[in-house]
Formats: sequence, structure tokens, C-alpha cells
Amino acid sequence: MKRRDFLKGVAVAGAAGVVGFPGIWTQRKAAWAANGEIPVGILFSLTGAVAVVERTLHDAALMAIEEINDNGGIHGMRLRPYIEDPASDPATYADRARRLVLRDNCISVFGSYTSASRQAVLPVVEGRDNLYWYPTLYEGRECSRNVMYGGAVPNQQQQEFVPWLAENFGGRFYLIGNNYVYPREENNVCKMILNQIGGEAVHEEYVPMGHSDFSSVINRIRQANPDVIFCTLVGDSDVAFQRQFHAAGFDPEQLPVASLTRSEVEVKAMGGEAAAGHFSSAPYFMAHDSPENARFVEAYQRKYGSDQVTHFVSEAAYFQIYQFKAAVEQLAPSDITATNIRAAAVGQTFMAPQGEILIDENLHTHLWPKVAQWDRSGQAKVVLESQQRIAPEPYWAYEGQRCTGEGLVTS
Amino acid sequence: MDAFLNQAFAGLSMASILLMVALGLAIIYGAMGVINLAHGEFVMLGAYSAWLLQTSLGLGILVALPIVFLMVALVGLLVERGVVRWLYHRPLDTILATWGVAILLQQLVRSVIGSESRYVAGPTILDGNLVLGGVVMSNYRIFLIFFSLAVVAATWFLLKRSEFGTKLRAVIQNKEISECYGIRADRVYALAFAYGAGLAGMAGALITPLVSVTPSMGTYLVVDAFLVVIVGGVGSLLGTVAAAGMVGEATAMFSMLMNDTIGRIAVLLAIIFLIRFKPMGLFPDKVRR
Repeated sequence: MKRRDFLKGVAVAGAAGVVGFPGIWTQRKAAWAANGEIPVGILFSLTGAVAVVERTLHDAALMAIEEINDNGGIHGMRLRPYIEDPASDPATYADRARRLVLRDNCISVFGSYTSASRQAVLPVVEGRDNLYWYPTLYEGRECSRNVMYGGAVPNQQQQEFVPWLAENFGGRFYLIGNNYVYPREENNVCKMILNQIGGEAVHEEYVPMGHSDFSSVINRIRQANPDVIFCTLVGDSDVAFQRQFHAAGFDPEQLPVASLTRSEVEVKAMGGEAAAGHFSSAPYFMAHDSPENARFVEAYQRKYGSDQVTHFVSEAAYFQIYQFKAAVEQLAPSDITATNIRAAAVGQTFMAPQGEILIDENLHTHLWPKVAQWDRSGQAKVVLESQQRIAPEPYWAYEGQRCTGEGLVTS
Repeated sequence: MDAFLNQAFAGLSMASILLMVALGLAIIYGAMGVINLAHGEFVMLGAYSAWLLQTSLGLGILVALPIVFLMVALVGLLVERGVVRWLYHRPLDTILATWGVAILLQQLVRSVIGSESRYVAGPTILDGNLVLGGVVMSNYRIFLIFFSLAVVAATWFLLKRSEFGTKLRAVIQNKEISECYGIRADRVYALAFAYGAGLAGMAGALITPLVSVTPSMGTYLVVDAFLVVIVGGVGSLLGTVAAAGMVGEATAMFSMLMNDTIGRIAVLLAIIFLIRFKPMGLFPDKVRR
């Protein structure tokens, strides 16, 4: 090829590029509106270690999307879910989130169960000023303007639970959790409350993730002879601990296990008998009595099978889609961007299965904490219900720091 | 003193579980030199078989044990015939291949049965605790300790006293020569692999009342089992028993003195030291190859 022909060719190709792919020159902010669809990302693991839980979140979120679409969508536009499987690996979460935001043009992504995966996605959504809807309870101490936090933070789970436990069973707590950030932060908050009300933590210990032999822990519990076991073990460790604790012959009336993380999923795996008589604190339980919850449970079991359970994270995965819908409904079709959705979402209320919830300006959610006691059937009976909706304070245990509508404020 | 005895019992109980998981691995690794990374998945399959037999046929885990053994042994046989036998001369590739089999089995269970953890009821006759002074021992754990020793005895008998064991030891010593004597080494390998897998399956079924049954449950167990096999010395039955006892008791004692997390680190450090000074393990195989 001659040099002249080559240059001509490049020029022609370049011109064709400019004319043919205008998309690369313009920000396609509203391209999704063209075919009457609103693209949203669904980023829950269907494979790998956390798939056990995330599969149920995935199901609950998709059910909400289907319900909304069946009822006419949002202003006639349908929600179009783009589903990715991040395979329980934080790096893959970041990669798939990038794909959803950049390639699929999603204006919001719903996903994650673990804090590690949320933190992996943070730089992606913050960099593109997108919104990540995170349904799980977590340890607080985060204040991103690009994450909508649907789960409880420590003050919402503990500020009524711990004093109630101390009053009914005594103030000597044995703290046990898996060794990572969530149990440590929750236990800090617990110790703070115990200090205020005159209780004490007789022992605090952390076992590795996935730890499954608790005979030494149980021996230590026997020696320490506490009033309450304050448990932040997660998943398989929680199941193994409870089964072995029950087999060791402890009486829940004398020594109850008070968990922040145990839901219907874990109880189903450990068997109702092992869990019976022990307590959990969460904003939602499957047996909670409300018309919204009856509808939610009925629809969920009809769609996914009558042996399926709903739990406090899948409830949030479900209502967050409705919160998203309520926010988008406020906007004219041409205004639908992630930042406008965020602005419209603040202050929205929604009748969720747990009660009427509200999005705070710090993007966390005002919730209705409950304490429930498990029974042999694997369901929890709510024994203490918060009198009022409790505001989220992600920096409750950290004096001088507050998460506000402007982000983190340090005084 | 009570605390110490309680902890010693806890260590013994951990050792019994380790022993059952590691025994199958010791046979597969020791006899054939195959580093079987799918061993944890055999344990997992055993647990799921117990769950399946309990939910569909109502069999308790003790009654189901022989069936679980056969079911998982069959899977082991298929894996050996399908994958491992092509790779006896390529030990590094077996690591990769069995790792792949592990992922495959895990994901298969996840897609067919589902990823949520399953509940298997323990045998009610073994509920309750034996209390001696201040020492509280769970009946089920006592049973596990004796059962694991019985399994060792049965395995010892199989290897040293049965015709199959004689053939297996001959093949381990020299495959070509034993083939000259009319032993079908292929078949011996396949059966040994299946036996190892079956043992793992039985271990899986037996731990179901203590842990949570999930597709990934084997991953944690296989690491400990490898530690036991390496400490004990490859190919030594006695070594495996001794090493399981040591690792179990060391874990219990370290975690009494410190806590479970640091206890675990201490055990791993101790093993590294041990391997530094006894690279072949405590009871090395004296057979010349």
C-alpha cells in the first residue's frame, strides 16, 4: 500500500467514525429512555460462598421488579434488570459493577451482602456518580453519597436490645463473633451501651471465618458463666455454634444467645429445636404481623416455593426497589439521572413489610427495630417492638463524627 | 483442672473428626501419590447424601452410613476412572484436575440442590451429655471418638490382613513387578480411591449434626486434613492417627491458652517448625521406591 492511500484510508475511517458513532462524542445520559425502559443493575452472587444468602436477595429484588412492571411500570416505562453474577469475589463485584454502569448504562445498581463487596464497588459508583442500593445491615462508619443503605446500623439494632437483655437476663455479656470488621464494630457499640447501663463484657472473642468447631468456646462459656451470649457469628459459623451450644445442654431461659445476624435462613439450617428460646434483633422477621408482610411472604412463596423463607435482608432487597420506584416517579423522564434519583429519594416514605420506613438525608434508612424469640418451628415471635421509628446513626459510637446530607461532618 | 480436662476432651473430639476426614486422604495420597484436592468435596457429598436419605427416606444418619459410604465411593470410582487414572504419571496435573473436579462438584450441588445450607437431624439416642465431675462430654462426640478409632481398625485390617490390602501394598511398592505377578494395578488403584472417597463421605455424614451443610463446607476441612497427612508422614496409618491426635489437642490447648484465632495460627506455626525438622513427617514411609 502506498503511503498516500494509507493516509486517505485513515482519514475516511476517521470521518466515518465521527459521523457513524456519534455516541462516542456525546454523553448518552438519557439513551435508556428511548425505548421506554429504565435499566437497573442486579449484582448478587449466584455462585460461590455467599450465594447462599445473595440468591434470596436476588430473588426478592427481581420479584419487586416484576411486580412493578406488571402494574404498569414507572410512568409507563418498564424496569429492565441487567443481571450479573459477581461469584462472591470482591474484585469481580467491582468489575461487574463497572460493566453495569458503563456498558449497560444502568442508573442504579442493587447488590451486595458483605461489607467487603460493597467497599469494592464504592470507587466505581463514586467515580461515575451512580447509586448503589445496599440492603444489608452493616457496621456503620461509612457515609458515601453514592450508596443507599437499606439495612440497620449498630444503633438501630442495639440501642433497645442490649438494655432489654440486661434487664431481663443480667448484665454479664459474653461477646463472640467472627473475626472481621462487622462483629468488632458491633461489639464496640455493645460494650459502650453496657458501660452506660452498668453491665460488663466478661469475655470478648473472635473466631476465624468459617470456623466450625466450638468445643473450646463452649468450655470457656461454661467457665465464664455469663448471663447472655452476645453473638455476631455469621452464616455457617453461627449454625455450627448454635447446634453445638444446644447439644451441650444449655438452657435458653438461663443463658440465651442474643444474635444480631441470625435470620430465618440460619435457623432453618440449624433446626428450630436448636434455636428455640434464643433471641435475634432485626427490623424484620418473617412472622411479623402486618398486611404488607402477609402480602410479601405470600407472593414470595408462591413464586419461589412454599419452603422458602423471607428474612431481614431479603425484605430490604425487596423494599429498596420500591424506594427506587417512588424516587423515579417524582422525576420527569428527561431528568432521570442517578443524582436526581438520590435527591428525590431523600425523605421518601414507603410501607415496607416491617412498617413505614423513611430515607434519611444521610441515605441510610429509618427502621422499626424488633426483638424476636425463636421457636421450634423455625419462626421468630416478636417480643419487643420499638415504639417509634429509629433514625440511623452510622457514627453513633464515634463522638464528634456525624453522617449528614453533606457527607461526613467532623466537629 | 476441670477446664483442662474439658479442653482435652474437646481436643480429642476435634481429633476424631480430623482423623476420619484425613484417613481417606492418607490412603489416596499415601497409596497413589495423588494430591486429591476434591477430597473436601467428597466430605460435602457425604453430608448431602445423609441429608438426601434423611429427607426422602427418613433414614437417620447412623442407619444411612453404609449407604452414604457406597454412594460417595461410587462417585470416587467415577472420578478415578474418568479423570485421575489418566494422570498417574503427571502428579502436578492431578492437583489441577482434582481442583477442577472440586469446583465442578461444588457447583453441581449448588445448581441441582441449591446453595442454602441444609439441616440434618442428629441421632436422638446420642443426645445429651455425660457428666463426670466438672467434665461435660457430649454423647455424640464420645461416639465419634470411638467410631473413628473403629474406622482406623477396619482400615488397618483391610490393608494388612486382606487380599486386597496385600495387592495394594504390592502395587505401592512396585507397580510394574506386581503387574507381572498378575495383579491388575488399575483395578487396585480404582478401588483404593473409591475406598478413600467413601471414608470421606462417611466423615461428612457424621459431622452433619455439628456443622452447617453447605456446598462449600469441604473447603475448610480439606486444609486441616492435608495438615494431618503431612504431619503424620505420607502413607502411614499410625502417623495419621498420631498426627490427628496431635493437631486436635494442640488446637484445643493453644485455644485454651489464647483464643481460637491465635490458637489456629500457633498450630500452623508449630507445623511449619515440625516440617522444617522432620520434612517427611513423624512416621515416614520406609519403603524404597
